[in-house]
Amino acid sequence: MTTIEAIGRPARTPGLLAASGQVALRALRKYVRTPGLIIMAIVQSAMFLFSFRYVFGGAIHAGQTSYVDFLVPAYVATIVLFTGGGIAVAVAEDKVQGFTDRLLSLPVSRYSLVIGRALADSTTNVWSILTTAAFGFLFGFRLPATWLDGLAALGLCVAYAVVFTVVFMVMGLFAASVQAAQGMSLIAFVFAFISSAYVPATSMPGWLQPFSKYQPITPMVDAVRSLLTGSSSDVGLALAWSALLVLVFTPVAALRYRRA
Amino acid sequence: MTTTMAAASPPLIEARGLTVRFGKVTALDGLELAAAPGQVLAVLGPNGAGKTTFVRSVATLVRPAGGELRIRGRDVVRDAGAVRREIGLAGQFAAVEPTMTGRENLEMTARLFGHGRRAARQTAASVIDQLSLDEVADRRAGTYSGGQRRRLDLGASLVGGPRLLLLDEPTTGLDPAGRREVWDAVRGLAAAGTDILLTTHYLDEADELADEVVVIDHGRVIAAGTVAELKASIGQDVIEVAVADPATLTAAGQILEQVTLGPPRLERGGRHATAPAPGGSGQLAAVIDRLAEKSIGVDEIALRRPTLDEVFLALTGTGGSANDETTPARAGQITAGSKS
Repeated sequence: MTTIEAIGRPARTPGLLAASGQVALRALRKYVRTPGLIIMAIVQSAMFLFSFRYVFGGAIHAGQTSYVDFLVPAYVATIVLFTGGGIAVAVAEDKVQGFTDRLLSLPVSRYSLVIGRALADSTTNVWSILTTAAFGFLFGFRLPATWLDGLAALGLCVAYAVVFTVVFMVMGLFAASVQAAQGMSLIAFVFAFISSAYVPATSMPGWLQPFSKYQPITPMVDAVRSLLTGSSSDVGLALAWSALLVLVFTPVAALRYRRA
Repeated sequence: MTTTMAAASPPLIEARGLTVRFGKVTALDGLELAAAPGQVLAVLGPNGAGKTTFVRSVATLVRPAGGELRIRGRDVVRDAGAVRREIGLAGQFAAVEPTMTGRENLEMTARLFGHGRRAARQTAASVIDQLSLDEVADRRAGTYSGGQRRRLDLGASLVGGPRLLLLDEPTTGLDPAGRREVWDAVRGLAAAGTDILLTTHYLDEADELADEVVVIDHGRVIAAGTVAELKASIGQDVIEVAVADPATLTAAGQILEQVTLGPPRLERGGRHATAPAPGGSGQLAAVIDRLAEKSIGVDEIALRRPTLDEVFLALTGTGGSANDETTPARAGQITAGSKS
């Protein structure tokens, strides 16, 4: 048996940033070192885009713009709603497999678990957004505005990714199992589909239109489209929704972690 | 301040009326416990007795519905941050990141305990050395054997230099070699002066590792003391017979019953019969005589102190799934004695 000498105790507890950084680093390593996750995300986003563009697209009339130009900005803006299930699943997995317990038994702020996770998943979401945009160009999308406008629109999509990450994290925390997290994340589809993202909202029956109009995805998508046409209508509303969602869901996640 | 601390060093763990509920289920029901520092304390109990909930309470992971729980004098609710700096938790599942190497896992946890980058690297290296993980330290944890994974998990709970190590069923699901590895590591840590609270439903594990044992059932402490005290509290020595031919086991059991006037326990399909022997060596002699009269061949016969198994069975009336692989002799009686 080896002799074991005492291990030093750190003089102080880790700061919020340092702890968040470690939580993020671990989630990123897991993602990068699981090639299956990366490939699945790319295949999934390409598959859906392909179906919309070439299968449903022909039957959808988007006014004066061609359907591909109508679809791609919205699709990039909402891609995280399709891939975000992975976030809910990862959070639920950590909870079920004891990793969250380990983190919570350490002298770190509960917010570092949320912030670290959000940092990591937002980074992987930027990757999703970029690859999805690339597929958009591949499938025939042409930027109607300057590159600068395009970058502004992309930046907005990245901001949404942070928002959606926190929302999916909360789903994962409330789910009792990994399967439940997977199921719960399908709620996002309701918001994605009943919005102006893939079809003009005016083509929906009248009773459905109020839902489409007053839920956050529609102004978020419209804001991205407007940036690409050189205007900035809806951007204020979209940012307000984003801020509201982050401000509501972040403390919910931190509180839930405390009780996990 | 320092003088009062030194004058009366607070108990390692002190629970008063500790009650934890999950919805309508009462997991801990007014649990009372006081454990002195400087020891390995084992919490024993059947599945669902509240062992894990108790460890999670100590680890500040559940909020008690009532009562008090203090770790080295610090309240787990009001002073949770301070308690977290005192403890290291290794849970039922090895909570290590499989896609990261052992070293990366340890360095990450060290940083989360508050170590700077350099200190984290040094701490990880010393834990790797102490737990003999050198050869696998730079491989991904996902490629480890069960025993290696648990040792890494144990290491992760050590990097903060905890005063109290919490091990929730540290060897569940490991093969015998893996259990030995973990046991050696635990003994080494205890020898180095770390206080350890471990839960187990393996009675031999408590016997091997623990200074004191607390038996809990239905969320309460039903017995506490050293292993020797617990065995003594059951009082009676036990006669154990191993017959040469399994077919003669029933007959041997009848002889045990006639002599000791107590119901014997027979190993179903095996060769072992045991019975408490209040009459001690006199009864042993009588059993030997009668076995010889009936010409029942015996491989082994002994008068001995009860095992922790038998103590546990006497206290709880259930055996859980304890011990079936290490002492197959008692597997039969445990099945017979359980409620299901």
